[in-house]
Amino acid sequence: MIDLINVEKTYFSKAGDIHALKKTNLTINEGEIFGIIGLSGAGKSTLVRCINMLERPTNGQVFVDGAELTKMNDSELRKARQNIGMIFQHFNLLTSRTVYDNIAFPLEIQGMGKDEIEKRVRPLLELVGLETRGDYYPSQLSGGQKQRVGIARALASNPKVLLCDEATSALDPQTTKSILQLLLDINKKMNLTIVLITHQMEVVKTICDRVAVIENGVIIEEGNMVDVFTNPQTETTKEFTKSVINVNLPEMIKQENLSPVYVGGSKLFVRLTFIGDSAGEPVVSGMVKHHDVDISIISANIDQLKDMPFGVLLIEVSGSRENIESALKYLHDQNLKVEVLGYES
Amino acid sequence: MSPEMLNLLMKSFWETCYMVFSSTVLSTLIGLPLGIILCVTRKEHILPNPTLNAVLGAIVNATRSTPFIILMVAIIPLTRMIVGSSIGTTAAIVPLTISAAPFIARIIESSLLEINPGIIEAAQAMGASPMQIITKVLVPESLHSIVLGVTLAIISLIGYSAMAGTLGGGGLGDLAIRYGYQRFQMDVMIATVIVLIVMVQVMQSLGDNLSKKLNKNKL
Repeated sequence: MIDLINVEKTYFSKAGDIHALKKTNLTINEGEIFGIIGLSGAGKSTLVRCINMLERPTNGQVFVDGAELTKMNDSELRKARQNIGMIFQHFNLLTSRTVYDNIAFPLEIQGMGKDEIEKRVRPLLELVGLETRGDYYPSQLSGGQKQRVGIARALASNPKVLLCDEATSALDPQTTKSILQLLLDINKKMNLTIVLITHQMEVVKTICDRVAVIENGVIIEEGNMVDVFTNPQTETTKEFTKSVINVNLPEMIKQENLSPVYVGGSKLFVRLTFIGDSAGEPVVSGMVKHHDVDISIISANIDQLKDMPFGVLLIEVSGSRENIESALKYLHDQNLKVEVLGYES
Repeated sequence: MSPEMLNLLMKSFWETCYMVFSSTVLSTLIGLPLGIILCVTRKEHILPNPTLNAVLGAIVNATRSTPFIILMVAIIPLTRMIVGSSIGTTAAIVPLTISAAPFIARIIESSLLEINPGIIEAAQAMGASPMQIITKVLVPESLHSIVLGVTLAIISLIGYSAMAGTLGGGGLGDLAIRYGYQRFQMDVMIATVIVLIVMVQVMQSLGDNLSKKLNKNKL
């Protein structure tokens, strides 16, 4: 649905050129929710603006729905943009227009008649749950309601793609949840491709199918959301995922020196990561039953990555050397990720 | 005050109204597009054109820095060309318009610049053309602020119209100078000043109210 080929964006200034985006290649498939994560200044805002050419790339090609945007003149581009909806962190609604007229705005621009506009706007008001708010002005709405208007406005021209620029960053956690649920619904209902940029891992975790991590204008990691979360490759990504999945050792254990080999009578620390179906299996009790070891659970955490259950269990295994080793072998044979942290010394 | 004086006061009042009203309408007609161009041709705006912006900006500044009384005399040939005469109430409308237009242009420019750039970006993202952005975003979004600016211009025009009296423009200012000041008729002086004060008050509250009605930002 969206292809970026060698896209670069440089801002030229007297104080020195700023490479906001270095050679970037990215493919986003039809119907998926794609997340772009990065700290502020990483280039994610520039990246998403290159997709609808609010920022013209310095180099490279941008394709949306098969058409090359980078080759178009201004009027062709305006036509193409009607196919790409966009919502913003600060909603950017027209303050002098009512909710109804805000949603009608993109249709007015296309020269649609009043009756036809009405036929499009009414169901959209219903879709975003603002049937009774059509005559309100944006200043009379809460943040969440404003973003709902933003979403309805972006959907008015039946776009194939929806770009979300930090769409939930200005909202409280409760409202964020309801907006994400709405995005998920329309993604399913309309098979809409959604690209969202955010620094909130919570957002990515809840709705994204795939993610890209961007740093200093470069995409440093890309893949299925679950893979990136459960097996982050770069330091930055680890830092990001830590904020939602706390799989770190408690300080108290970290301070003890862990030895990589068995020392007489010591206990073994193991971290188990369960993904998907394995999260439901009684792995730990199986280990205790068959291998004559004792287990204490140090920390346990169960979470959800989009619709995938995901659990992390930090356990302490004690017993004889042979029993610990056979128990470890048993764990490795299970359908889960096992990390041996070390023996208590 | 004698009935003749009252008649004269009424006549002058209507002359002032005529001058101020006509020059407000005309200078807004010139100032609005000029202000829009000054805004949208800025470097970071929707139709960047630094040269046009600099040239128009220089003309506007030059006109605004010329004292009204001098501008009035300097453009007498132009006035004669347009109105056919360089004296009279109608003739005064020409210099009044020319001095108020750049003032209104600057006021409109700054009103338009107050609009959140995000709103303009959103309109661009929806595929709006520059002309649609001007007519459907910039002007409606800043209308309440433009109204306040034009109110300000009307009030300065009431003041300027008094000076136009020295070129035979008539009006309340002229009456105050000829009868109140030169003939020491204190009652005429006081009466004209009171009428002027009331006019300014009325215009300001009309402008404030209209602007408040148009401003949907604080509901």
